[in-house]
Amino acid sequence: MLAFITELLAAPAVGTALLIGSLVAVTSGVVGVFVVVRGQSFAGHALGDIGTTGAAAAYLGGVPALYGFIGVGVLGGLAIERLGERARERDIATGIVLSFLLGVGSLLLYFMTQRISATGGPVAILFGSIFTVDPAVTLPVALFSLLALLLLGFLYRPLVFASVHPQAARARGVPLQGVGILFMLALAIAVEESALVAGALLSTALLIGPAAAAVRWTRHIGQAAAVAALLGLVTVWLGIALAYQSYFWSGAHRGWPVSFFIVMLVLLEYLLARIGPAKRASRSDAPREAA
Amino acid sequence: MGILETLFPPGLFSASFMQNAWIAGTAVAVLSACVGFFVVLRGASFAAHAVPRASFAGAAGAVLAGGDTLVGLAIFSVLSSLGIAALSSRRDQGQTTALVLMAALGLGSLFLTLGGAYAPEVYALLFGQIVGISQGDVLGILALLLLTLLGTALLYRPLLWTSVAPDVAEARGVPRRRMEILFLLLLALAATAAVPVVGALLSFSLMVGPAAAAAYFGRSPGRSLAIAVLIGVFSIWFSLIFAYDTGLPVGFFVAAVTAVFYGLGRLWAWLWEIERGLQRAA
Repeated sequence: MLAFITELLAAPAVGTALLIGSLVAVTSGVVGVFVVVRGQSFAGHALGDIGTTGAAAAYLGGVPALYGFIGVGVLGGLAIERLGERARERDIATGIVLSFLLGVGSLLLYFMTQRISATGGPVAILFGSIFTVDPAVTLPVALFSLLALLLLGFLYRPLVFASVHPQAARARGVPLQGVGILFMLALAIAVEESALVAGALLSTALLIGPAAAAVRWTRHIGQAAAVAALLGLVTVWLGIALAYQSYFWSGAHRGWPVSFFIVMLVLLEYLLARIGPAKRASRSDAPREAA
Repeated sequence: MGILETLFPPGLFSASFMQNAWIAGTAVAVLSACVGFFVVLRGASFAAHAVPRASFAGAAGAVLAGGDTLVGLAIFSVLSSLGIAALSSRRDQGQTTALVLMAALGLGSLFLTLGGAYAPEVYALLFGQIVGISQGDVLGILALLLLTLLGTALLYRPLLWTSVAPDVAEARGVPRRRMEILFLLLLALAATAAVPVVGALLSFSLMVGPAAAAAYFGRSPGRSLAIAVLIGVFSIWFSLIFAYDTGLPVGFFVAAVTAVFYGLGRLWAWLWEIERGLQRAA
């Protein structure tokens, strides 16, 4: 076991994957708790998908992919927040923004396949792999993580209030709209950086899974955030270790994708949380999911 | 060359693959609008996005196993629908939808990896491919259209009730849980038909866009449904013509046109609000 761990850490690609995966897992876990309590799972997922469009645009424009992800993510997030101001329209507005931006993305990806003979580029953008991440993005990803977490720290009290008791918060003069927009900004940053390094698929899994389990296991949002961050970390580490190990499973020496392991672990956590007794950080007055 | 000949070049209607595309596209637009009507009523856009997207994993599995992709699509869209129905409680459908979608996509990425190189067939399923629709696909899609229309006709009233006034419906003895499952199965039918034509990423555009726009234009549920069908059929025809003319992916046009219709719907509702405000002021 110990030998396996030292061997794992010795591989350079694994070291980078562990470091970046940890950053993403912690940020997604903490932000995810608020996503779950506020019932914004659809928006959280949509932002991950939308990043694809930004990445394709950045690729065609010759800009680093990170800025494409973050730029389009922030724009899309603001559009979702603005068009879905009324609760009744939120679900549909998210759907339409996602649909339109995915359509533009499919056009850009098509241009990419026309420009380069191999289809490797679009596939890398769509499915992303944490093992192929360029170590140079570690620093910007760390900075954006910090930015998202600082934003959340700054918003913490009004955000908890607005998320758990929206009516009371409005009555007390908490600017719900401003809180919503700033939170969407933090959400967009968190989701886009994880979509960049781990693919749109894993970004949603790490955002919703650990958080949904943590919310069921704890009584307070702060505790839930800590548990979600920890769960996310464990999930990513286990997933990477299993994916690394899977290389030796079949004779063909083709490793199973890390995203598969992480998603299955996330699903397992969630199902365990569903079976076990629920404490619910959000209590019964949490807003309902619209979807 | 006149503008008409540029817009409608030879082969648009006569090429055999385009004839398949016209029939399949129109059928998909009609059935998507019908199911989309309920999607909008229930605020279930996430499920409408997730089910076709999850069915993509079934196509990847079918390619790996050497089976028919339409069958793989059907199996995975039904499985993901039932998964969402089984796991979701009334308060957190978003979370369960996200997790079911992630589980399916995780399997999909495993199938793709085990299948070796990315099969172009699977790739086309992500973005839709009007050139690749076979005679067999057309027959399958027409059968799905019949099933969906039948389902819509049978479920129209009870689904309308449970969607608009769930408490009243329950009091009247409409089983809410069963309606939820039936709705999700209807969604699975539509997803199976739409993915080969519009692609897994953008199938939900045809469900959500036309119906969301129609909700602003129609004064009654029945009229909204009719308008949604009209908008859907117009959108797919427009998209087929321009995809044929330009060679660009059909999904892009579908997403753009339906978004424009939604924008017009929002504008219409906004103008009405101003009008009503002026009347009240006068």
